[in-house]
Amino acid sequence: MSHYFSNRETFKEIILIPVIATFLAISLGLLLLIFSGSSSEIALKALIALFLGSFGSLSAISETFTAATPLILAALGIAIGFRAGLFNIGAEGQIILGGMAAVIIGFSFHLPFVFHIIFVLLAGALFGAFYAFISGWLKAVTGAHEVITTIMLNLIAYRLLDFFLRISWIQKEGRNDPISKSILETAELPRIFYVLDPNLRVHTGFLIAIIAVLVVYWLIFHTTIGYEFRAVGKNLEASRYGGINPALTIIIAMSSAGLLAGLAGASQIAGILGRATPGFSAGIGFDAIAVALLGRAHPIGVLFAGILFGALIAGGREMQVSADVSLDLITVIQALIIIFIAAPILIQKLFPWIFK
Amino acid sequence: MNNHTTNKMQDVKTKKSTIIGLCLIFLGCMIYLFFGLGVEGQATFRLSRPTDPFALPNLILPAHSFIGASALLIAFFGGRIIIKAPKKYTIFIALSFFLAIAAFLVWATAGKSFSLTGMLQATLVRAVPIALAAMAGIMCERVAVINIGIEGMLLAGAFAGAVFGSIFGNLIGLILAILVGGFFGFILAALVVTFRVDQIIAGVAINIFVLGITSFLTSHLLKSNPELNDAPIFKSIKIPFFSEIPVLGPVLFKQNIFVYFAIFIVIVSTFYLFKTAYGLRARAVGEHPKAAETLGISVIKTRFYHVIMGGMIAGFGGAWFTLGSVGRFDEGMTGGRGFIGLAAMIFGRWHPIGALFAALIFGFADSLQQKLAILRTPIPSEFLAMAPYLVTIIVVAGIVGNAKPPQAIGQAYVKEN
Amino acid sequence: MKLKLNAISKSFGPVKANSNINLTVDNGEILGLLGENGAGKTTLMNILTGLYKPDSGTILIDNQLKEFQNPREANKSGVGMVHQHFMLVPVFSVTENIILGTEPTTRFNKIDLKTATDKVVKISSEYKLDVDPNALIEKLPVGIQQRVEIIKILLRNAEILIFDEPTAVLTPQEVTEFFEIIKSLKKTGKAIIFITHKLHEVLEICDRINVLRRGKIVGEAFPTKTNNKKLAELMVGRTVKLRTSRRKMEKGKELLKVNNLSILSDKKEPILTNIDLVLHQNEILGIAGVQGNGQTEFIEALTGLRKASTGKIVYFGKECINITPRKIHALGIRHIPEDRQKQGLIGDFSLIENIILNTYYEKDFSNNLKLNWLNAKKEARRIINQYDVRTNSEDISANKLSGGNQQKLLIGREMSRSINLLIASQPTRGVDVGSIEYIHSQIIKARNKGIGVILNSTELEEIIALSDRIIVFYEGKIIAEFPSNSDPKIIGLAMAGVK
Repeated sequence: MSHYFSNRETFKEIILIPVIATFLAISLGLLLLIFSGSSSEIALKALIALFLGSFGSLSAISETFTAATPLILAALGIAIGFRAGLFNIGAEGQIILGGMAAVIIGFSFHLPFVFHIIFVLLAGALFGAFYAFISGWLKAVTGAHEVITTIMLNLIAYRLLDFFLRISWIQKEGRNDPISKSILETAELPRIFYVLDPNLRVHTGFLIAIIAVLVVYWLIFHTTIGYEFRAVGKNLEASRYGGINPALTIIIAMSSAGLLAGLAGASQIAGILGRATPGFSAGIGFDAIAVALLGRAHPIGVLFAGILFGALIAGGREMQVSADVSLDLITVIQALIIIFIAAPILIQKLFPWIFK
Repeated sequence: MNNHTTNKMQDVKTKKSTIIGLCLIFLGCMIYLFFGLGVEGQATFRLSRPTDPFALPNLILPAHSFIGASALLIAFFGGRIIIKAPKKYTIFIALSFFLAIAAFLVWATAGKSFSLTGMLQATLVRAVPIALAAMAGIMCERVAVINIGIEGMLLAGAFAGAVFGSIFGNLIGLILAILVGGFFGFILAALVVTFRVDQIIAGVAINIFVLGITSFLTSHLLKSNPELNDAPIFKSIKIPFFSEIPVLGPVLFKQNIFVYFAIFIVIVSTFYLFKTAYGLRARAVGEHPKAAETLGISVIKTRFYHVIMGGMIAGFGGAWFTLGSVGRFDEGMTGGRGFIGLAAMIFGRWHPIGALFAALIFGFADSLQQKLAILRTPIPSEFLAMAPYLVTIIVVAGIVGNAKPPQAIGQAYVKEN
Repeated sequence: MKLKLNAISKSFGPVKANSNINLTVDNGEILGLLGENGAGKTTLMNILTGLYKPDSGTILIDNQLKEFQNPREANKSGVGMVHQHFMLVPVFSVTENIILGTEPTTRFNKIDLKTATDKVVKISSEYKLDVDPNALIEKLPVGIQQRVEIIKILLRNAEILIFDEPTAVLTPQEVTEFFEIIKSLKKTGKAIIFITHKLHEVLEICDRINVLRRGKIVGEAFPTKTNNKKLAELMVGRTVKLRTSRRKMEKGKELLKVNNLSILSDKKEPILTNIDLVLHQNEILGIAGVQGNGQTEFIEALTGLRKASTGKIVYFGKECINITPRKIHALGIRHIPEDRQKQGLIGDFSLIENIILNTYYEKDFSNNLKLNWLNAKKEARRIINQYDVRTNSEDISANKLSGGNQQKLLIGREMSRSINLLIASQPTRGVDVGSIEYIHSQIIKARNKGIGVILNSTELEEIIALSDRIIVFYEGKIIAEFPSNSDPKIIGLAMAGVK
């Protein structure tokens, strides 16, 4: 799939197609809404809610960035995978493992403020990396396709989470439903605009995500490791010829992807959720695939795509509240975006006059 | 070949067989340690119900001695492999796994009773969606199109089966489920064949799309209209006389149409792929599309037909989840069976019959967790539920290196002109 | 006239692959179509066989106008082609490959295998094309595979037979047999088009020769009235040296010693057995042989890309078996791989990125972690200038370059850093004549400077022109060794396994 991500892209590829894809997907999503029996007023209301909920106010923007944070982190990981010729569908499982580790560290240790956060994030990143390492190792040693192993590991992660949430020292005291203890205050990522308005939820995880964008950019394009990732992804035979060890590179790339996804899980726990519940990963790992594709596996692209998807999610929640439209509509829109992005010929055929 | 090389080869072989032998001995010890020690009583396996016309007596095994004997036998196989370093030891490995599972079952059943026939029946039933997903995968991959979207196609079939079955009755519901599956097959073909989208990305997009749209419609349509999600299911059909055979009868001849059709599809697709002219052309398209094109076979049409056919099989397999078992649709109810089907396809080496047997193994793992929950073993249910997924990973990791997919797999065909 | 092409033109984007081509062939005639790589021969034939549609021009067969929408229609009109890369499904049997698309069937579309086999046997005995109808293609030698291709088009009643570079993969003996086959086909009245870039072949077998250059027919010649040199000039468009001049040199000290080297395939079958050889300074050691006799694997073992199972490889007195490509590179051993697009270059990478493919980790281009793009760019510019790589910019991706320029870039990269030993595999494959001359001169220059060269090539002419010593690989063994300037016929026999 690496032919989707070259180094030299035209305006058409970076801007035009993603923008058209997004608009097309939103329009089709609204059409679906109308076809499923909603009136056109509701569809219009939903559309307005989508915009107001994402960029309509300071708190809306804060929500957008909050939702974008884990998406950007996980999508950066997936982008690294793409660059190395790997399709990591396992971000969801890696987020769960990272989140679990973060929760456990978050409630069971008593540490001073900054140290505790660092410890929590580190634990999340390491567990995510370990979980992805399994797939990378299997791919490198046995050739097992990472798509199948990561999907299976996702399914296993859901069961593991169910199991963990019922262990007595993890489960919240006095509860019978699967829910973990809450992390300590020292383990929480502080909100960025706490002084301005304590209700603005956007937290320092967003800053970490932006730093991660820069680091990953540097890693991919300006380091020997990044060069190795890209060489293996573009032409495995030639990379071997060039003295690169593809098996090791695949393992490193996959583990770095898991590291970022695990970080996403930890930031989700430490930034907003505070505890783990069975569905806490909320499909972020799958949305992140779309983000990575939309951003064409380029860190800067991922940043903007992540913000866009954050906006879709924040707007989608508003849509759910004010127009009573299910959040699943957003999933449909995301799938459509992937399809349109992956099939640029389709868009060019649909809108020939734009591409003259 | 000179002596030097021969010796070296011998070395490699002995080393590998020693490792495998040691693993088996270790397995034998573990089985005795974990299952054999402290187990008392007898394990009772019911083979038939007392009401059956030809009732068989129960199979009663003394737990401790059976497990001990199995463990010993496994260790013996291991020792034999180490000492003799035979050329082929697959059969011993297979036997050892069989014994290990038997020992596990006896341990779980010790002091209780367990319906073996029910277990085998459930195995076949649970193998059906996996086998159908594998057949769908074979249809696509034989023409060199990877179909990761099978999971989504199953889900679409399940949804269509539930909704249309509720409205029009189960038969029409089933037909429409097949058509919906075929529709997504068409979409996949259009994306990967016509628009040359990366095959894996297209498949993933279809999965996410179907998951989103079925969940959306469930919450928007079905929650408020529960009558749309209450389809009549297909009852099992007894085949006269054959269904009376003990054990085999209820397992093979007292099932619903999904089981019969799955077996039928396996037989027909085997004949189709390997005996007919169209099958030969399809395989040629998968192996060497350009060669096929120079002989006037349209690569594009062939790929379209087979991917649509694969979609229809997946749609049928999806209907099993609703029309063949519970009659109602739940979000994401296919639970990764599509992907397990792909693993079964690889395990079965892209051959329908091989895939069926692989599906039976997965079906066994799947039904095991369901049945063992009843026996209340000390193993947490979550871990039992992981069994099919773990088996999938082991299979994909263990087999993939040796299995050879169609040559042109994953590549878009660019017709120049 | 059996076949007449009238003013055929075809462009791919800005590239004119064929322009205004006129060509005729008669029954019982062998027409040679001579041209360099990229001259437009294959495009023209793809038009004739219905794979491409021409932009303009007409095709007349038996004076009837034909417009082929697809290969099947061309087949029906009696046009059959044996492609350079065989169009055979490796996992199918001979019969299955031959009948594919025109299968005789019984009920339920079931293939009537008996009728099919009978048909194959009938044609194979009629034209004396001996082949086992039940054998699997992947188990057959290329010479036999070619027969299968010929039976395939004869079964479809082809009257116009096109052979695209048919001798490229054959041993000299198989070439002789092949020539017998097409002579007998000619006797049965078939019209034959023989596409090649090998001059002596057209002189030997053809009745008439058309020369193609840059998409145009630039001349017609008759074997009796022309010669190698005239044809070469017509083909290239200027005078060419057919032989690279090479002065004799005393060989220097020993650089490489291979002792009893054996390699097993993944299936544990022997690919190479007991290879022994020595290479000295100032020496070009040519490895001759038909493709697939273990040369590729031998080169891979020498360069660390494949594990050897037994034996020794000693570079500069140091044992170096099964060490990584990177360590071998560090010894000053440079490798020009046989498939530049698969191994030597990364098509999507820019020229700069390609220049550092096997040196990105060295001090010049990185400090352990951070890449030094500035130095890489300087180096790329230097190589582009020094090795005459024709490009507008070092920033474009490598797959935008022509084959010859890609190869020059690669050779520049390998030769420009400190080098003690050069392993060149098929260095001129798919390259235009101008670049071939240049590459040959670079290899000889390297040898004259004291470097040892291992030259692996399936082009016997190239081996003979360059090598100081020639070894022949056959079925994974070194079957014979020859001094330079040996008789090609004798080497050819060795390539076919005759000692």
